[in-house]
Amino acid sequence: MAGELLRTPLYDAHVAFGARMVDFAGWSMPVVYTGIIEEHLHTRSACSVFDVSHMGRLVLRGAGAEAFLDRLCTRNLKGAEVGRSYYSHVCREDGGILDDVIVSRFEDHWLVVCNASNRAKIVAWIHRHAAGTGVTMDDRTMHTAMLAVQGPQAMDLARQLVPADLATLKRYRFTSVEYLGMRFDVFRSGYTGEDGIEVVCPTTAVKMFLPLLVGSKDKPHAVIRFAGLGARDTLRIEAAMPLYGHELSEDWDSLTAGQAWCVDLGKDFIGAEAMRAKKEKGLTRQMIGLELEGKRIARQHAKVYCGAVAAGEVTSGTLSPTLGRSLAMALVDSAAIARQDAKLEVEIGGGRAAVKVVPLPFYKKK
Amino acid sequence: MSIPNDRRYLATHEWFKLDGGIVTMGITQFAADQLTDITFVAVPKVGAKFSAGSAIGEVESVKATSEIYTGISGEVIEVNAQLANQPELVNEDAFTKGWMIKLKASNPGELDRLLSAEAYAAETA
Repeated sequence: MAGELLRTPLYDAHVAFGARMVDFAGWSMPVVYTGIIEEHLHTRSACSVFDVSHMGRLVLRGAGAEAFLDRLCTRNLKGAEVGRSYYSHVCREDGGILDDVIVSRFEDHWLVVCNASNRAKIVAWIHRHAAGTGVTMDDRTMHTAMLAVQGPQAMDLARQLVPADLATLKRYRFTSVEYLGMRFDVFRSGYTGEDGIEVVCPTTAVKMFLPLLVGSKDKPHAVIRFAGLGARDTLRIEAAMPLYGHELSEDWDSLTAGQAWCVDLGKDFIGAEAMRAKKEKGLTRQMIGLELEGKRIARQHAKVYCGAVAAGEVTSGTLSPTLGRSLAMALVDSAAIARQDAKLEVEIGGGRAAVKVVPLPFYKKK
Repeated sequence: MSIPNDRRYLATHEWFKLDGGIVTMGITQFAADQLTDITFVAVPKVGAKFSAGSAIGEVESVKATSEIYTGISGEVIEVNAQLANQPELVNEDAFTKGWMIKLKASNPGELDRLLSAEAYAAETA
């Protein structure tokens, strides 16, 4: 086993708030504080704070950075605007997904936020492809903290705390504010299906502003509460946001994953040729939403059947705390699923449960 | 966390309480807390027979699905029907209201091979 787990700058706060800490991609992270369902519902009705400092934060610089990132990313980044963030995939030549990232353009640099589980892989991939381009990369993950403030009350509460004009900040835009000599980058984005912001700041800033955000264990904030990775997962499933290692994998491409919206097949990028060929031939698999009868949960890798035919497998599933229904996303064979006569089922606990196909996302905020 | 010493345990977090040849079983509070919000408990049918060491059902939470094992051989004579609609009873009170099944033990002596409360506490420390 690996050595000691990495700790985010919020580690002590998590422990003080009674979190159960688990190993997540080599980081000691809070999975739950009081209850996953409770934290989930609080995020949907009020406002929660998630520590996402484990995610990779890579700063790229150099005159060729735009062209370089445009070649690495499925999304068109040529002419990317300063102050905007772009969700994208990074793929191999054969289209296999290496990671999903958010690329943000600053005046003098670019920020790539990647998954904690893929940081080493993406750092190596960038180094390999940046050779000779003059583009430099600085891994800022250990020098900064990152928090997500999410929920219907998030923007109102954030406006009281952040000295920036958040009212005019649109989704997938960001702004930077200086406060007591420290820089806070505030992004209007998130991974819960709710409105909110994500903030990157120096690790040294955490001690100062965290009490403003969540209070203390004995005197918690009236509205804002911590939520853990457990709730983060159930929230993103309801919103049908893909998670690397579940809906996204090196074993399939972005189109198959149902994320064609972040792929510009009209430009040249690593994996473009393979994906164009796939699209030309017609995709054989697709990502769908399923609703199960009953309260049992279809877990990742549970087999999906169309009559007697194995049609694919579940990528994520949960009992939706918001909707009270058992939901799953699954990667399935398009031909098998197209048959209207066969009964659709999913394998659970040695038996099979009836399922129906439902549109994604399962949940949309009002 | 208090672990009742009127019963025996498996390291896989099940408890077994013997009362006149009938063994009541469930999962420990530690296990329920670890699983977080329990959403479903799959229990066997009355009349089903199990040998010690076999899986008798599953407990499901938002987070994970885990098998439940019996440390006692016997026949199921009763299941906790309340769990069908209130699986959260296991979280609330794993050692009492959250019981899962009652077995007519074919060999009550098997209980002696299981962990004492003290030994189980050491397992979870």
